[in-house]
Amino acid sequence: MKRYFSDLFVGGKSLVDGLAVTLKAFCQPIVTVQYPREEIDITPNFRGHIDLVLDPEKNTFRCIACGMCERSCPSECIRVKGKKVEGKKKKTLALFTLDFTKCSLCGTCVEICPTQALEFSNEYNLAAFSREAFHYDILKRLEERII
Amino acid sequence: MELISTLPPESIRMVFAVIIIISFIFLNAIMMGYLERKIAGHVQRRPGPMEVGSHGILQLVVDGVKLVGKELLIPVNVDRTLFRLGPILSFTPVILPLLVIPFSEKLQARDLNLGLLFIVSMTSINVMAMVVAGWGSNNKYSMFGAMRAVAQSIAYEIPILLSMLAVVLMTNTFSLKEIVGAQQNIWFIVLQPLAFIIYIISGVAETNRAPFDLPEAESELTAGFHTEYSGMGFSLFFLGEYTNMFTVASVATVLFLGGWHGPPLPYGQYLGIVWFFLKVYFLLFFMIMIRWTYPRVRFDQLLNFSWKYLVPFSLANILITAVVVKL
Amino acid sequence: MVSKMMRESQFQEHNRFFLNMGPQHPSTHGVLLVVLEMDGEYVLDPQPVLGFIHRMHEKMGESRPCQGFMPNTARMDYVCALPYNHGYVSLIEKKAGIEVPKRAEYIRVITSELNRVASHLLWLGAYLLDLGAFTPILYGFDDREHILDILEDITGSRLTYCYYRFGGVTQDIDDKFVESTRAFIKRLRKRFDIYERLVTKNIIFIKRAENIGIISRDMAIRYGITGPNLRGSGIAYDIRKNEPYSVYPEFDFEVPVGENGDCLDRYMVRVREMEQSLRIIEQALDTLPDGPVRSKVPKNIKLAPGDCNFAVEAARGELSYYLVGDGTSVPYRLKIRVPSYSNLSCLPELGEGILLPDLVSIMGSMDLVIPEIDR
Repeated sequence: MKRYFSDLFVGGKSLVDGLAVTLKAFCQPIVTVQYPREEIDITPNFRGHIDLVLDPEKNTFRCIACGMCERSCPSECIRVKGKKVEGKKKKTLALFTLDFTKCSLCGTCVEICPTQALEFSNEYNLAAFSREAFHYDILKRLEERII
Repeated sequence: MELISTLPPESIRMVFAVIIIISFIFLNAIMMGYLERKIAGHVQRRPGPMEVGSHGILQLVVDGVKLVGKELLIPVNVDRTLFRLGPILSFTPVILPLLVIPFSEKLQARDLNLGLLFIVSMTSINVMAMVVAGWGSNNKYSMFGAMRAVAQSIAYEIPILLSMLAVVLMTNTFSLKEIVGAQQNIWFIVLQPLAFIIYIISGVAETNRAPFDLPEAESELTAGFHTEYSGMGFSLFFLGEYTNMFTVASVATVLFLGGWHGPPLPYGQYLGIVWFFLKVYFLLFFMIMIRWTYPRVRFDQLLNFSWKYLVPFSLANILITAVVVKL
Repeated sequence: MVSKMMRESQFQEHNRFFLNMGPQHPSTHGVLLVVLEMDGEYVLDPQPVLGFIHRMHEKMGESRPCQGFMPNTARMDYVCALPYNHGYVSLIEKKAGIEVPKRAEYIRVITSELNRVASHLLWLGAYLLDLGAFTPILYGFDDREHILDILEDITGSRLTYCYYRFGGVTQDIDDKFVESTRAFIKRLRKRFDIYERLVTKNIIFIKRAENIGIISRDMAIRYGITGPNLRGSGIAYDIRKNEPYSVYPEFDFEVPVGENGDCLDRYMVRVREMEQSLRIIEQALDTLPDGPVRSKVPKNIKLAPGDCNFAVEAARGELSYYLVGDGTSVPYRLKIRVPSYSNLSCLPELGEGILLPDLVSIMGSMDLVIPEIDR
């Protein structure tokens, strides 16, 4: 019998208390951001797809086409090709493609590169109509950035 | 013109009243739908609909257009008459209680002597609509939902009647106009707080709103008795639900919160409707808030709550009222 | 399998029918099929059917060099991914004898505990969403957003972290991380009050969680249940205390234990675990040593022949990795023992003769994540 009334009073009080919590939340400002009407800044450490680093002194890439990133990628999504250029001893980079549909953003390629030629970009606004749009030509992206 | 002048003025007035009330029902559904989504949004610290129209005002209108444009699917093995009858049976009786509610001193479609009894009997037809819809869907989950809804409705009819009876004992009349008139000096919520609480809880349960919405918004078992309905059939059920909520809130206002009484306004006999709507929407705000606050009650706990808590308390309330009135 | 069950049960009785709580269902947390034999309202025999999201992670672990498995570890249980990272790197470090600097160990503990808090916040919201309350999940996500922002700043990802490496972590933490973590801890301690008032004390919630789904001690030990489910039944077994790894012995924290083993006890254990995780993070931040965060490790790690095992405490229970090496850098066999598999296995015994809403409540309180079961 005692439990009947204690259930009623304690329960009723808990219900009113819960309502007070939601009423207070109702009067507080919203915490969401209405994307895409408003945008927020993301941290520069965010891992977007990889990009070649534009070396400020040489004004070109640092990549030496060694192929370490291609060999160590667990998802096998990087293709690197070097070509011999006349007058230079070493190879230069001819092709650097990334299949972003397979990339898992693990960062192995960025760390293992001997010349630190790769970095993570900050792109998160990615949407396309076909799978081919995510087969990035990283070398071309770099060449567009060279002034 | 001559034909209209030969009709008695009373029936012309009734026709106008019915037209206004039916259009009000649709307006109310739009307003309440918008309110519900905005309140739900702000309780959850997000804005709710914002895209369509400024701050999402036109969202429900666009939703209505979408629902009307959908294909009316009729599954293969259903009983066609019953299937089509379900939503109509759910929607039609909800118009009738609004005819007897006094919105203001001079604004009442029809003042029946047995107004309160009329309202209660009309809201009970809702149960039949749910059974017809559940049976006619030829779907065991819909039938499940419908049977649960019947048990729930029957269990919560009794506290509603008993709490209304407490007010009737005090005013000696079933006519809603006179009940509002008797609250000129003091609102009945002060004299009958327990009956008010019991009425609100049972009203929420009658309209199948959360936290008592097991027959309808089941995350366990599809969508209850209106699983198989699409487009307009579905929206008729929802119109019926929102109008039911409005009816429950307006009866609560009339019985306990003094109806259209309030600080005096110019043209007070007609503009009493402003105070009436303020009170009704305050109660509706409260009903919407509790939907977004509490989890669902399990079905047997729901019935337990009605039979073991609400009914004894409302009976005790009537006993005390009867004794006090007699003295 | 379903037709076999249909033949075996007494299907002649017309009250009984089979209900598919199907792979697509709002209440099963992932793609889980539970075939329910129902008698009216009562569930007679729930049988879980797994395998809808099997992605062959173990096979992938056996077909590429051991350092290439890192991204997979986060994708098995994406809600609480860092302990999975932790288990795998610790396994390889134990196998190959790699030393980890102290600072790296502290950072690992801090980030793992932050991830544990995030996982419990999501669990709380999802459990209440199953029960029909629509707001606590959004409050939980609001708090969780802060954790995800903090972790995004150093790891670069929000959900599937690939932050630990053999011999340490990828990137060092800076003052901004320490500041924002301390601010977050302060904020979350105040927010616990909201959860307490809105959920824990709510009579409707208590009625739906008390005395439901009681897992007795004997049943828990028989099925190999670990984690908060085990501690809710009264057995105080936590890998961080009983088989300590990393730098956990240096921290002072309690292991919350329940009494009866019902849904409410498991709920309370997890809520109190969040507070204990915050204590660990504070102590770690206070005593964070200086130094490098990564030791030198050969690029290709050869795994010596023989087997090796490592267990960590994930958010859901004991997670252990078992590795058999054969001299190359590709493991011969990698076996992952996930906690949710054993937790789910007690469902047929637990779910006999209960109501359907109670089954939903039990499954919610057990905190199952199906992708980790199916790997």
